[in-house]
Amino acid sequence: MSAADTATDVPAPARKKRFNRTEVLAALIFVLPFVVVYAVMFIYPTLQMIWLSFQKAPLIGAGTFIGFDNYEKLFKDRLFGVAFWNTVYFVVLTVVPSTMLALAIAVGINRLKGWTQSVILACFFIPYILPVSVVFRVWGWMFDSQFGILQPLIALFVGENVPVFRTLPLFMPAVAFITIWWTIGFNILLFIAGLRNISPEIYEAAALDGTSRWRQFTRITWPLIWPVTVLVLTIQLIAQFKIFDQIYLFGNGGRSDATMGLVQLIYRSAFQKNNGGYGATVAVVLFAVIVIFSVLQFQMLRARGEK
Amino acid sequence: MSSVATTPAAGEVVGMSPRKRRIIKALDIAGLIATIVTFLGAIFWAFPLYWALVTTLKVENDIVQPGIALWPQRFTLDAYTHVLFNTKIGTWYINSLVTAGSVTVCVVLMSALAGYAISQLKFPGRRILWWVILASFMIPIPALIVNHFVLISQFKLFNSWLGVILPQLVYGPVTVIIYKQFFDSVPKELREAAKIDNANEFQMFFRLYLPMNWGITTALAIITFIGAWNQFLWPFLAVTDEKMMNVTVGITQVTDAFGVKYARDLGSAILAGLPVAIVYLIFQRKVTEAIMLSAGIKG
Repeated sequence: MSAADTATDVPAPARKKRFNRTEVLAALIFVLPFVVVYAVMFIYPTLQMIWLSFQKAPLIGAGTFIGFDNYEKLFKDRLFGVAFWNTVYFVVLTVVPSTMLALAIAVGINRLKGWTQSVILACFFIPYILPVSVVFRVWGWMFDSQFGILQPLIALFVGENVPVFRTLPLFMPAVAFITIWWTIGFNILLFIAGLRNISPEIYEAAALDGTSRWRQFTRITWPLIWPVTVLVLTIQLIAQFKIFDQIYLFGNGGRSDATMGLVQLIYRSAFQKNNGGYGATVAVVLFAVIVIFSVLQFQMLRARGEK
Repeated sequence: MSSVATTPAAGEVVGMSPRKRRIIKALDIAGLIATIVTFLGAIFWAFPLYWALVTTLKVENDIVQPGIALWPQRFTLDAYTHVLFNTKIGTWYINSLVTAGSVTVCVVLMSALAGYAISQLKFPGRRILWWVILASFMIPIPALIVNHFVLISQFKLFNSWLGVILPQLVYGPVTVIIYKQFFDSVPKELREAAKIDNANEFQMFFRLYLPMNWGITTALAIITFIGAWNQFLWPFLAVTDEKMMNVTVGITQVTDAFGVKYARDLGSAILAGLPVAIVYLIFQRKVTEAIMLSAGIKG
């Protein structure tokens, strides 16, 4: 079922049984392309990244070993603090609202039937499959400070047009809102799959007892959908921690430090300031944070799979 | 759920006690409101895309007029002809097609082969390989940009198709996991029968296991393609030469020298998103199936 629980059904390697030579040879040929690509593009860069974080090095070229100096610098770096808290802020603005909204929409869609259900689902889902550049252009136009269709609405409350992406307190909430618009289809899909797994008989029984709709939701749907909710929350948490594209594009090429996120700090340090060692250090921190979240997710999936 | 959601037939309601009738009435109003809200939500969600599309079909002068015109007063395709003939979007399209296509073929083939070996063959190191693949779920690929860049520079692949393609092949592990699950569920009797016919492992894979799983192969190929087409960060870093850019990067990084032209900017965006939108609309089922499988849920 899940990636995690299938791990346990690999049969224990037959240590006593001898391997069949032609079978081993065939297996080697089968796994070779994957293993080579994986070693060169995944394991090697990961180890290199850790090694580079202990060096004072340009992006390209030899560096000198400086121990933990980069890490020391990191924790004193004001910009790292800004990038870290911006990332956390973005995660807070997106993860829980997106999950809750997706659940509500999924419940709504699940009530529909036939082609109306497919059409409505497609409306919510289509943004998810579009590239970030399209999302950037579409919402740049919606919020355009001169002719954006949302400006009359904004002017109604504020009294004038507001350049949303150049107004610092509005930047992150606006980008978070757009990100929710963009990615919610994925969450909705997982919730609909979860809702379909709830037996209709439970609801029929509840309806016979005259249980109110709200009580049906809190007593039946919510507890039964909880495992999917946890899955969606962790997937979103991990995904949104890696935020770069939207902030970079809406932030006009990342010109302002105030809107910087962690991946952007890696980019800034390594690519714009040619300090590969420091960029790698930030990457290691991001790496560590996400590994911790992923281990949690993995454990939860496994717990679910073993039930 | 469905039985509660349906409107009870009028005849049923009449036979009930007034209290029960009231409850059912209340339920239906709540249900109706939920449906209306869902519909309004869907309109709200789809509107930005509609608005962008309609804007591209307007004359530039009409776009900047006050008021909201939900339909073009003067219909034109100028934005598209301009983008198609006066920008490098054709070249960017080819770059995107070649790189996303190559990533798809490589990832799917590589993963199917590896998934087959892990699922069906006994070889030393199988268990370790499987655990390494599972563990790689945790590695945030954006954290590897610095060292991918170093690697690509060492290979002298900066500003090349191969440089864009290679680092994207690390999106393989999930595909291996899904393939292993599907190959695991191919009945063992078929394998035995093929063995009696003296089929070797390659015939077994190409004639039996792969054809039996065409459904999942197309599903995985489609979402791998969409994912690769939509990549932004890596193609943005690996390419600075306008001629080598992917369409998603090109449309945001290369701007018109004549200032903002809303219809043209949006037109190029629509063209960039069109292929994946079409693929999704044709293969809706496959896309959703593959997405749920990669999230660890069997649809």
